[in-house]
Amino acid sequence: MGEYFISAIDNIRSHKMRSMLTMLGIIIGIASIIAISSTIMGTNEQIKQNLVGAGNNTVTVQLSRGDYAVNPEYESIPEAVPVIDDATIASIRAIPEVAGAAVFTVRSLYEGVFHGPDSLSQSSVYGVDNEYFRVYGYRLRAGRTFTARDIKELRNVCILDRAASKDLFQGASPIGQTVLIKKVPFVVIGELAEPSSFAPKVTTLEEYFTYNQSSGGGKLFLPAHCWPEIFGYDEPQSVVARAVATDEMTEAGKQIAKILNGRFTGDAGDVKYRSEDMLKKAKELQELSQSTNRQLLLVASISLLVGGIGVMNIMLVSVTERTGEIGLKKALGATARTVSVQFLTEAGVLTCIGGIIGVLCGVGLAYAISRFSGAPIAISGFIIALSVVFSFAVGLFFGAFPAVKAAKLDPIEALRSL
Amino acid sequence: MIVELKNICKDYDQGAQSLRVLHNIDLAIEKGDYAAIMGPSGSGKSTLMNILGFLDRPTEGTYLLDGVDYAEADDAALAAVRNRFIGFIFQSFHLLDHLSAWQNVALPLSFRHTPRAERREMAEQALERVGLADRMDFKPSQLSGGQKQRVAIARALCTHPALLLADEPTGALDSKSGLQILDLFDMLHQEGSTIIMITHEHGVAKRAEKMFHIIDGRIHEGLFSSGEGEELK
Repeated sequence: MGEYFISAIDNIRSHKMRSMLTMLGIIIGIASIIAISSTIMGTNEQIKQNLVGAGNNTVTVQLSRGDYAVNPEYESIPEAVPVIDDATIASIRAIPEVAGAAVFTVRSLYEGVFHGPDSLSQSSVYGVDNEYFRVYGYRLRAGRTFTARDIKELRNVCILDRAASKDLFQGASPIGQTVLIKKVPFVVIGELAEPSSFAPKVTTLEEYFTYNQSSGGGKLFLPAHCWPEIFGYDEPQSVVARAVATDEMTEAGKQIAKILNGRFTGDAGDVKYRSEDMLKKAKELQELSQSTNRQLLLVASISLLVGGIGVMNIMLVSVTERTGEIGLKKALGATARTVSVQFLTEAGVLTCIGGIIGVLCGVGLAYAISRFSGAPIAISGFIIALSVVFSFAVGLFFGAFPAVKAAKLDPIEALRSL
Repeated sequence: MIVELKNICKDYDQGAQSLRVLHNIDLAIEKGDYAAIMGPSGSGKSTLMNILGFLDRPTEGTYLLDGVDYAEADDAALAAVRNRFIGFIFQSFHLLDHLSAWQNVALPLSFRHTPRAERREMAEQALERVGLADRMDFKPSQLSGGQKQRVAIARALCTHPALLLADEPTGALDSKSGLQILDLFDMLHQEGSTIIMITHEHGVAKRAEKMFHIIDGRIHEGLFSSGEGEELK
């Protein structure tokens, strides 16, 4: 095989101009495929990261009615839904896909949080423990988290996220200040840094609506023991868990919901725990972008097909031109198989080189597109390898006919053309 | 007996009827013989050469090479027979321009998968025999006509074939180069090679020890018609 390869390289080198022109179709085809697929994969990765949060992998399991989370402002909780106790959270933490879990309660408030005359027009108030911050990956920007004394002495303390802090304090330090939550005073003891992993980049209206479902205005975190003071008891509790890997998020969510739903003490009607599957949502969005890009890939594949036909054309010309050489080789002992393998190798090597050049051009093109349009790209080693193998296959496929034609030449006739 | 043709006939289909170009050819060549087959154009000598070189199959008759009948062999087997037993020398050399002298010489060896280093060594030996060891890496375009034919002869020799088949080997050369090639054939003959040379030139044919004349597809040993070709001295 090495002999055929060397001979193929020799022949390609001795016809540089023609070889280059032959490869052009393949180069353009592969370059378009690489550029398009890199852009598609970049966009997909961006969607996934925006929605799921790279490295965060948190899954929220909430009490839901149908597709929507139960809102205690408007609806009551069925009797059958019990409080999530320590034993339940322990069994959730024991799920193999779960790396950490915390219980929390949440309410959306409109005009319920004040600091002097300033108010938060839209905010979420969370009842949490310190475990919640660990699971979610929040880090403190200033101040501290809850201490044992805060809990023991039932202190009215709270922690703000960056958005709430900015809105209420306009850049001044909130630590030690008092905020009113539903007219109950709370002392701010900490300010969270924005989790670096969740920074959606919104470029379309569709993305705006998607991300605004999951991110709201400012967030305030109270110790869980303070919750009944403002909202009363019997609030629906939710679980936030960190999955061991992004791909395990769906399974972790399912397992948690199963455990929680299994503890219902009777019929809860259409209310049950559901995991908010961001991974699934990301996939749905990815499919949307993929379906349009698939058409682009099809167009690029057509150019590859045209490139393949170009290869066949040139190989047929080559067979005609080298009829004498084929005749000579057959006279000297080359079998039909030897001749056909020689031409096939030549076509394969030619398109393979074209594929490699195409990959380089495609990667360059992808970077250029990214630079000018700002679209994210992701270069996949698998796609690159596949492209080179595929271009080799195109060479073999379109080289087959010329190779068979060469192999079938009658040596006497062929020798006459020398 | 290295070559034994018995009652060989060759027909070519020409539409409804067939044309017989070789009629009942009987030919016996001993090992170490130097034979010339003469004949004018269209006499059937090229057809006979093709049959002798296993490039074509006879319509009738038996061809034994070194006592073996290859009539039933398929194309791949015949390719192997050509590679192993026959050394072809063509009128217009048939060297591949993009290969160097030694690569041209080693071409038949590549079809029997001889390792590259060994091929180069064998090609070098063959080029030495024809006096061109110093032109190993020259391309055909850098060689004279006579040198090209000597490279072609080296290519025929390098597989140590049972039979050298030369088709008008001096036909494309000037008389001086032609004489040098014929001298080389004499040398190869003295070294024990079996040579069958096809020519239409009387002077060239005279250099062989056996002569056959082919006229209208029929072979005659030692017969000459007058005035054919220029005599080479």
